[in-house]
Amino acid sequence: MTVEIRIPTALRSYTGSAARVSVGGETVEDALAELVDSFSELGRHLRDEQGKLRSFVNIYLNDEDIRTKQGEATALGDGDVLMIVPSIAGGNEAEAGSRS
Amino acid sequence: MSEENLPALNNEEIARYSRHLILPEVGMEGQQRLKAASVLCIGAGGLGSPLALYLAAAGVGRIGIVDFDVVDVSNLQRQVLHGTSGVGTSKLNSARARLSDLNPHVQVDTYEEALNSDNALGIFADYDVIVDGTDNFPTRYLVNDACVLLDKPNVYGSIFRFEGQASVFNYRGGPCYRCLYEEPPPPGLIPSCAEGGVLGILPGIIGVIQATETVKIILGKGTSLSGRLMLYDALEMDFQQLKLRKNPECVICSDRATQTELIDYVQFCGAPSTEASEPQRFEEISVQDIARRREQGWQPFILDVRKQAEADIVTLGADTLIPHEEVGERLAEIPRDREILVHCKMGGRSAKAAQVLGRAGYEGVFNMTGGITAWATEIDTKLPTY
Repeated sequence: MTVEIRIPTALRSYTGSAARVSVGGETVEDALAELVDSFSELGRHLRDEQGKLRSFVNIYLNDEDIRTKQGEATALGDGDVLMIVPSIAGGNEAEAGSRS
Repeated sequence: MSEENLPALNNEEIARYSRHLILPEVGMEGQQRLKAASVLCIGAGGLGSPLALYLAAAGVGRIGIVDFDVVDVSNLQRQVLHGTSGVGTSKLNSARARLSDLNPHVQVDTYEEALNSDNALGIFADYDVIVDGTDNFPTRYLVNDACVLLDKPNVYGSIFRFEGQASVFNYRGGPCYRCLYEEPPPPGLIPSCAEGGVLGILPGIIGVIQATETVKIILGKGTSLSGRLMLYDALEMDFQQLKLRKNPECVICSDRATQTELIDYVQFCGAPSTEASEPQRFEEISVQDIARRREQGWQPFILDVRKQAEADIVTLGADTLIPHEEVGERLAEIPRDREILVHCKMGGRSAKAAQVLGRAGYEGVFNMTGGITAWATEIDTKLPTY
């Protein structure tokens, strides 16, 4: 299966500015693995030290949250769109407690 | 409120709201509902500006605003509630003056304080709808939890660079913010807006979506954004709707909720990640010390880890520019036989880059505390700040 992954602005600095990346795979997990193979820096933004998807990063298959389907085991169909949707706080100022 | 208890409109109000009154979906009863309604805006910034302006114009009877900032000239690129004459004054004074001029029939109540777990429930209790126009995670979780505990709708909007999100939480049994995101990111993992900038018009779009949802809730008309997350991408001019469901395990809004009161949200959002607990592998150095040492002939390799767009505004004549997230992959461009002085705008990104260098075995790595902003404020005051 070939699917398109949409990369949010907040994570595009780890994909060489690419907003859309085409990958192959039978499941959501396969597709994300291929994405991280191509852009290794993205890995730690998507998964924690235990390899679990981070709780402030949601993955949608078309318009459905994969948590309401079979999670990362959800099967993909040709032409599906995966969206990575991280939480954003802004506003316009620095996040509380961080400097920039 | 039943129809017979709704406040009457006087002739001036009837003239002012005539384009609403002839809309069947609003009409006299709807306009009276707006007059009877109270809405609390959290923040009078980018999102709060268009929101408060449109709610006041629409005739919402009482508008509360929580903010404790002062108008800064860099706000005016997007915070259209304020003007040049208000720079340096309280945002609340500026907001009250503008809203009262726009519509003297609206009562504006202001709260010049930081929203926290001690005051939130007391302030929220007096309002029908809460609108979240804040700019940080601790306040977002606080607003969400307080709305759930008091059973009030939370009209949500958030922005980053060219992208925005909007939804309505905790409305008629719908999902809450924690159903969408259980936990905030640890500080530093997602770039902040001050690093990334924001298109000035973007909060206009998202704030007006929030105003629209607020008015629909008051009127009881249409289909609300509850159960949907609206994503907007200004560069692509693309709106996407995602389905949002209640999390049956949600700690605050589900039947199995374990949290029954407000918590310490700064701690909740700021707990250091394991990455952050690693020992510091570089030295901090103040701009005064740098100036003194440079006078004595110190010539470190200067590494600017900001974006090119920032270097186009002002630079310290760095030896090279490598955005902080690329430093780890571009070590070949950084000499190992010289001391390294790393700087960014405020000192946060450069600290991360300095740590990457220290971890890679570099010795004599210094982070410019306060960044180029401190340099421009304390050493070379001819330089612009941004």
